Amino acid sequence: MTEKKYDVIIIGAGSVGTPLALELAERGRKTLVLDELASAGQGQNKEAIGGVRATHSDGAKIKTCLRSLEIFATWHAKRGDDIGWLKGGYCFPVYTESDERLLKEMLKVQQGFGLNISWLGPEEIKKLAPGISPRDLRGGTFSPDDGSASPLLSGQAFYRAAVRAGAEFRFHERVTGLDISGGAVRGVMTDKWSYGATKVVNAAGAKAAEIAEMAGVKVPVRPDCHEAGITEPLKPFLKPMIVDIRPGDKSKNYYFYQNSEGQLVFCLTPNPPIWGDDCRSTSEFLPEVSRRMINLMPQLSGVKVRRTWRGLYPMTPDGFPIVDAGAGPEGFVLAVGMCGQGFMLGPGLAPTLARAMDGAPTEEDREILHGFRLDRQFAGMEKLK
Amino acid sequence: MSERIEDHMILTPPAGARVKFTFGGRELEALDGEMISTALFANGVKIFSRHHRDGSPQGIFCANGQCAQCSVLADGISVKSCVTPVRAGMKVEELRGVPGLPPAVCVQDAGRIEELETDALIIGGGPSGLAAAIELGKLNVPTIIVDDKHKLGGKLVLQTHKFFGSVEDCYAGTRGIDIADKLTDQLKEYPSVKVWLNSSCVAVFSDKKAGVVRDGTYCLVKPKAIVTAAGAREKSLPFPGNTLPGVYGAGAFQTLVNRDLVRPSKKLFIVGGGNVGLIAAYHAMQAGIKVVGLIEAQERCGGYKVHEDKIRRLGVPVYTRHTILRAEGKEELERVTIAQVDDRFRPLPGTEKTFEADTLLIAVGLNSINEFHQQALAFGMNAFVCGDAEEIAEASAAMFSGKITAHKVLKSLGVMAGPVPAFWYEKLETLKSRPGPTGAVKERDHDRKVYPVLHCRQEIPCNPCATSCPKKSIKIPVGNIMAAPKFEGECIGCFKCLVICPGLAITIVDRRKDEKVPTVAVPFEIGRGAVKKGDELELTDWEGCPLGKAGIVDIRDFKADSTLILQLAVDGAIADKVAGVRLYAEEKPGKHAVTKDSPDDTVICRCERVTLGEIRRALRSGMRDLNQLKAVTRAGMGACGSKTCNSLILSVCRAEGVKPEELTPMTQRPLLMETELGTFANIKCRTAMEEKAGWSGF
Repeated sequence: MTEKKYDVIIIGAGSVGTPLALELAERGRKTLVLDELASAGQGQNKEAIGGVRATHSDGAKIKTCLRSLEIFATWHAKRGDDIGWLKGGYCFPVYTESDERLLKEMLKVQQGFGLNISWLGPEEIKKLAPGISPRDLRGGTFSPDDGSASPLLSGQAFYRAAVRAGAEFRFHERVTGLDISGGAVRGVMTDKWSYGATKVVNAAGAKAAEIAEMAGVKVPVRPDCHEAGITEPLKPFLKPMIVDIRPGDKSKNYYFYQNSEGQLVFCLTPNPPIWGDDCRSTSEFLPEVSRRMINLMPQLSGVKVRRTWRGLYPMTPDGFPIVDAGAGPEGFVLAVGMCGQGFMLGPGLAPTLARAMDGAPTEEDREILHGFRLDRQFAGMEKLK
Repeated sequence: MSERIEDHMILTPPAGARVKFTFGGRELEALDGEMISTALFANGVKIFSRHHRDGSPQGIFCANGQCAQCSVLADGISVKSCVTPVRAGMKVEELRGVPGLPPAVCVQDAGRIEELETDALIIGGGPSGLAAAIELGKLNVPTIIVDDKHKLGGKLVLQTHKFFGSVEDCYAGTRGIDIADKLTDQLKEYPSVKVWLNSSCVAVFSDKKAGVVRDGTYCLVKPKAIVTAAGAREKSLPFPGNTLPGVYGAGAFQTLVNRDLVRPSKKLFIVGGGNVGLIAAYHAMQAGIKVVGLIEAQERCGGYKVHEDKIRRLGVPVYTRHTILRAEGKEELERVTIAQVDDRFRPLPGTEKTFEADTLLIAVGLNSINEFHQQALAFGMNAFVCGDAEEIAEASAAMFSGKITAHKVLKSLGVMAGPVPAFWYEKLETLKSRPGPTGAVKERDHDRKVYPVLHCRQEIPCNPCATSCPKKSIKIPVGNIMAAPKFEGECIGCFKCLVICPGLAITIVDRRKDEKVPTVAVPFEIGRGAVKKGDELELTDWEGCPLGKAGIVDIRDFKADSTLILQLAVDGAIADKVAGVRLYAEEKPGKHAVTKDSPDDTVICRCERVTLGEIRRALRSGMRDLNQLKAVTRAGMGACGSKTCNSLILSVCRAEGVKPEELTPMTQRPLLMETELGTFANIKCRTAMEEKAGWSGF
């Protein structure tokens, strides 16, 4: 039996691979997506909490996420599925002088990229975040065009649309090697079968380094983990994602929002980071995050937590993704190291990657790819993780 | 209108101050400190909330704090009414849709989360947990036993009937409620065991700590050994109308009737002929509730025959080879329709029967609560499991398994070197035995003037009659308590066997005064007010077939045993056959209206109102990852955390021909129970009312 041939094989049916499969299939590319798990979005995609924002600190991410926002915001109207999109904005309330300085500086950069973001006084922040602790509140930034969507619903929606557009998905298949000859990829071997393709995209999320290794490419991606939780549903009272960037006892920032079901979804960045791929819940998360959330909004103390989970952030040294169609063997494409932002970056990256693979990137694509290339210094540091 | 049970043969109604509270603005009376749901049932209220998905009325379901169906607004805060005590002046309202953000609270500074170490942590203070704790206590092992109720005993405190099993191993012949007290008293002798009441274990974490909400305060416990003795939860059943208020589990019913002494029903129907369903029928009658019928899909009831016979004799029709077709009612349950089934358990058209009923109990089996154990094992903890959490069986077996488990714990801690004796496992297997074959009714083979008739002919693990006979005339072969008892030898008519028999399956025929019209002594526990001297009662044989009438010539009240002995003057020809008296005429089915069923509308996930149709469509489209099913339908994402629907979804999969190996199971995540954010920060959310109540003044 001859192996099946595809134009593109994507490794990983997650936040990045699934929207890319849709994009490629709609462009008429014969596309195969391989994933070792049982269905789409079962890796880190479903661990995402669902925030989508363009208010980052550098051009490549801002441009990518502006496109993602457009895709999420118009999905229901264009494609018909409810993905739980809410345009609630992002709000960073500020309590210290140094945070005010940091955010106001960044504001200039963000506004320079044309983002709709501004500094609001304490009274306006109180309106956005009812019940927020007023003591020492100096104001904060607000970007009304950012929002949120359900990772579960959008993951499934991207998957269904991709399947409808002709993409093939094979689950429960673990990639065991890449077929490379003459400096170019020829296909992918799995524990079940092997498939031919001249383009192979590494969208393996937390396992990106392992897959890149198979192509002889070293990528500086290693996961650390963050814990998240979700509460019972409540009547809508909170529109924006609230991000508190002050440090805590055992954590850096934390953030929460009220999703389309009325549930509060919250997440905490541990400090020091917990490296590795252990996704089992620890006893430290709930006391730390609840103390901080209640400190910020005392009324939350009576809200019941329903479930918690722990997800991985495939980190790079500088906090920016690695998206590169020219590193390693010909036809091998990296779309990795999303640093916990695959959900918001994935859809926006799809057209750039598709055009890059066709050898026809736009000017903006080139800017994005330049920012995310593998052979950069990794010297800078993302300011707004 | 009060639906409180004032007169009970076995239980004493709780005494307590009466307080006023309001429900929807209406002033009602409650017993101070009882659960809100109990107070509402006592006042005839059965609808607690309107579902946020479709506004459908919601009644109680688990009565055990596991689901959130009984949620109400209490002073503006959404609470589970079955685990929240009512207070004087409390303003209770129906919860319509999702609640708003809880009203502003006074927040104290966050407290530190206490971390404790212990040798053994036992989750659950029911029969198995208590038995394990006692064994650990005997060897002075530092132990914490956690239970979410205000007293120990677990489901024992609902069991008003006498226990089966063997007298020497598990208190056979003693009522469950009394066993709970005995074990609790025994535990008090062991100071190394700390009892945490009103405390729930909400999660087990990968750093080998258990998160426990101890009487409202969160703490972390790091045990050297963790024992899951959390018991079981009731299975649900998919049929149209299964979420109507009035449809709930037999355990929830027993909680209302036997723990809280409220009468939640006037006409009761029961699905399931296992011991739980059969006993629930009996408990209902003791509470003065009419049992309209009980159905069982199999050829025979799965429970002990003595339990079945007991309710048949009193007049409860038992329909075997029947299934429930639907439950109907406008806002609450009004009617149930059943039908006969064929060999493949499909309903046979034309056999439908409709009965009026206000309550339908689902007693179709139990699922082990073993999530803690599975997680603890996955996290590499020194984990043990016992009782129903390990395997569903009688409480007698649960106690013995707790004892065995404790010895495994002792060995793992290095306290004891030897292995668990092999014969303990044999005993446990006997106690866990399913009932065996039933022997035929035999003619009397002696001509004594006074003698017991043992209407107990099925092989079950039980021996109190043999143990209690002062003349040692009731024989059960040594080493085989499964065997049916046999009378051989002398009887002095002391009634000891009759009073102790858990199956109420012994009568004593006394021909000493009158050979032609002897007296037959029949045990009776339904209620002191239900019979009086001089009454003419319908006699029945052991399985409830009528044998004509007879008068009560005397009643003896064995108060300590909460049992009456009715002395009936009976025709000598049938005296040996008489096993009981009928109290009720059989309820006849009402008019059956043909309705067009749409089984696809049957609710599978009650928290998110996901229907059978949605699940079927997903499965038929090829979906095999239950996590994907969850993402698409929200089945399993609700308040109960898939505790109810998980097994229903698996049964839908089976019905759709999906093999278990094709399925990827749902991921289990903490928490096991919804818990307030403030609890984890050690902040108590206080309402304005509580502030007022807590203010002592100057």
